[in-house]
Amino acid sequence: MPRPSDVIVVGAGIVGAACAYALSRAGFVVTVIEAKAAASGTSGQGEGNILVSDRGPGAELVLAQYSLTRWDRIEQELAEYLPTGFPELEYELKGGVVVATTEAGAESLLAFAGTQRPAGVTAIELDHDGALALEPHLNPEVTAAVHYPQDAQVQPVIATEALLAAARTLGAATIFGEQVVGALRGPGPTITGVRTDRDEYPASQVIIACGPWSAQVAETLGSWLPVRPRRGVLLVTTRMPHKIFHKVYDADYVGAVVSDDHGLQTSSVIESTAAGTVLVGSSRRQSGFDQSLDLHAVREIARKAITIFPFLADASVMRVYGGLRPFMPDHLPVIGPDPLVSGLWHATGHEGAGISLSLGTGDLITSLITGSTSPVDPRPYAPARLPRPDTVEVPA
Amino acid sequence: MRQTVVVIGGGPAGLAAADAALDRGAAVVLLESAPRLGGQFWRHPTDRSATDTSLQHNWNAFVAMADRVGSDPSATVITSAQAWAIDHDHGQGDAAFGVQAAVGSADGPSREMITVRGHALIIATGAHDRTLPFPGWDLPGVVTGGAAQAMAKAEGIAVGQRVVVAGAGPFLLPVAASLAAVGARVIGVLEASSRRQVVSGWLPQSPWLAAKAPELAGYATYLARHRIPYRTGLAVTRAHGNDSVRGITVSRIDSDWRPVPGTAEYLDVDAVCVSHGFTPRLELAIAAGCALGADRFVAVDAAQRTSVPNVFCAGEPTGIGGSDVALAEGRIAGHVAAGGAITDTQLRPAVRRRRLLRRLTGAIRDAHRIGPGWTSWLTDDTVICRCEETSYGALRSTLIATRTTGLRPAKLTTRAGLGPCQGRICGRTVEELMTDLASTDGGADQRSDGVIIDRRPIASPVRFSELTAQARVVGTHEQMDTQEEDR
Amino acid sequence: MTDELQLIFNGERLTARRGQSIAGALLASGRRSWRTTAAGRLPRGLFCGIGVCFDCLVTVNGVRDIRACQRPATEGDVVETQDETLPLRRTEKSR
Repeated sequence: MPRPSDVIVVGAGIVGAACAYALSRAGFVVTVIEAKAAASGTSGQGEGNILVSDRGPGAELVLAQYSLTRWDRIEQELAEYLPTGFPELEYELKGGVVVATTEAGAESLLAFAGTQRPAGVTAIELDHDGALALEPHLNPEVTAAVHYPQDAQVQPVIATEALLAAARTLGAATIFGEQVVGALRGPGPTITGVRTDRDEYPASQVIIACGPWSAQVAETLGSWLPVRPRRGVLLVTTRMPHKIFHKVYDADYVGAVVSDDHGLQTSSVIESTAAGTVLVGSSRRQSGFDQSLDLHAVREIARKAITIFPFLADASVMRVYGGLRPFMPDHLPVIGPDPLVSGLWHATGHEGAGISLSLGTGDLITSLITGSTSPVDPRPYAPARLPRPDTVEVPA
Repeated sequence: MRQTVVVIGGGPAGLAAADAALDRGAAVVLLESAPRLGGQFWRHPTDRSATDTSLQHNWNAFVAMADRVGSDPSATVITSAQAWAIDHDHGQGDAAFGVQAAVGSADGPSREMITVRGHALIIATGAHDRTLPFPGWDLPGVVTGGAAQAMAKAEGIAVGQRVVVAGAGPFLLPVAASLAAVGARVIGVLEASSRRQVVSGWLPQSPWLAAKAPELAGYATYLARHRIPYRTGLAVTRAHGNDSVRGITVSRIDSDWRPVPGTAEYLDVDAVCVSHGFTPRLELAIAAGCALGADRFVAVDAAQRTSVPNVFCAGEPTGIGGSDVALAEGRIAGHVAAGGAITDTQLRPAVRRRRLLRRLTGAIRDAHRIGPGWTSWLTDDTVICRCEETSYGALRSTLIATRTTGLRPAKLTTRAGLGPCQGRICGRTVEELMTDLASTDGGADQRSDGVIIDRRPIASPVRFSELTAQARVVGTHEQMDTQEEDR
Repeated sequence: MTDELQLIFNGERLTARRGQSIAGALLASGRRSWRTTAAGRLPRGLFCGIGVCFDCLVTVNGVRDIRACQRPATEGDVVETQDETLPLRRTEKSR
């Protein structure tokens, strides 16, 4: 049997990696168990957004703001633990520009920015000329724009691998290609480790950080979670001369993020990468775990992107990738102890903000496990907040 | 109701499929990405009568099929049609797939967008050269055998004046012959496999050789007449030059393809054509949902049916076998897709031929199989991913530092496979290097994400303006579906 | 219809045969390379010749990313080596 761990983290996406890193740094013996490979799910299928621009005041913004302070230091902090030759995280505080192209859009965008400022978000109102000064290739029909200099960007796969590698340096074990199939149980509703398809791993605590797959894993481990997949599609262009300097979104993006709509929603999220390609998103649709190509979404994204940056009309899309966001009905992540099973923890439900919120989530869960002061008030994220269906039985 | 069979690819497999489906009474839509039918195998000039038929095996078969398909009122042949995606609605019955194609001059920006629907789909997308990296292989003048062939056969152009053809497999012979025919001085054909491997692979294949004798005999005569030496157990292990290739280092290699120290010789060339085999073009089959076998080819049954109902696959994507196998498989797929049965009398010759050829080409392929020792001719500065310029040294050190266990994270941390070719050239190499590294340096574990390089939902780049254009529906269900984009 | 047509490549006149690809026309004019890579600034030209490797990309009539081996030359085409410069990374900017 493998060595007993203080904490097992199920899932090696960015949230699992951040939990493993924070816990290892706090001195715990950590084992990460991943069914596939690092960042092979949601974390590797998004833009790497670290945003404050898309949230109104509230608990998620608080966690985003805390996480941002952590992202700002993380490269330096990890340098101590990473082996030589480790690729750069491509963290860039590039700032976001949210653009409205209609009068109505301008009004609601500016009103929204007005609610964010008292909560500590830097939101600089731009007129037509100001917007074009920041992004000269924008559609000149822009009616209003807001500049969010705190929005940042990271290469999410490298970030995930870096957090895992740092955790390993601090003593964590990482197990890939093993699927968790059940819980090891103590007396009463207590988890004492996990069984995988190959082995048994004893541990004092088990954290589920499986993004949209967390509901299934929770069930496997004797609990319940209402997290659901919400699909997104991203387009990647070929390399081109640098013409997009910030993260640029249309004002609809904010509405789509907080929407409960099950149907297809698209809004533009456009930015260039260090490699010279341009990432163009995004769509949201609740369609289960189906990952086949959604051409309708691709076409809608393309149409909206040209509206924001007309020069993209001639650009070539060379790759399309889709991912599944872990969607929570109340739009808040689930971070904290499972109310049914003692020793079981959740760290998921970040929807499209998992990269952004991962570092805060790792710190928060570590503080809850150690019983130390939490970096943010943990109550809004507590799994106990979730109304539980009667059908879920407490395991004996 | 009359069947509509959609065929992607106008090479030997696709043409035979279209021909057989028409013969069985179906309507056919044939999509070919090039301006002319024929595929890579029958590449020829715009003016078909200007074709050098001495370089074209089975040319009469091509002309007959192309003419029949081209003149049949039940056939819609669309050339310069780049299929770039396949979407499919599971459970929608016959016309569950829509082949998305961009029609017009490559690569846009104002091609006509079409959606092609039918009752059955035949994927005959062929293969492309697999070229293993070696130091200097990114210099201009280093090309694949396929490039030399295409330029010679379609445009009458020699890729160099003084040329070496190298790599592995029978394909090297027609490449050398084509080069000689357009005036290049071919100073040698260098086969990586040993003489013993080649002989033991080929000699027992007398029925196959009998079938192929005219072609091979023709090439052999051609090579002899042009005094082109055929040498075995040799590999190009370095290309030299600044702005283009000026010379190559050729090394004797052992049966594992490991260069033997002290055997390097320098050859003065201005071009080198290197192919170590073929990689099937799988992206559209994968996009259609077809399952692959353990050998990484599209899994098909005796009737060329894939795992997806009404979707067939023929030719190289089901296993590298060459044009004769492709012709037989295409015929079977076309006939069955059009509603025929595998047991029908007219399919007997094709079924028999396929069985024989598949077995025998397998043995030939084994004789030219890539040896694991080739990685020892790599240097740290050898480019692995030509698009993103990821070197072998950078790839290795990143994989060791990250201990990445998945292909997707490997791509995103090293950038190998992320460029415009989307890993078509380097992908299989990167996969093999990851496995190699796992066994030698303990850097990475076995790949654990199950991701393979061949999955590319966008099979060819498409412009934003083209994506947003209304697609015209071709094939069945035309009335019903014209409004679909407005849904 | 004559059998020849004229192109411009990086400002120079070039004669191509009708039906010829842009890559074919460039090779026939004695050119071996027509692209410079983004990172290493190294020369590239024809490699796979069949539209797979995207090494031979050129800008044609102002539109980037045209595979020269796949694009038939047409009268008056303006073919250019395309700008492959990488955007500045933060680390470079901060230096």
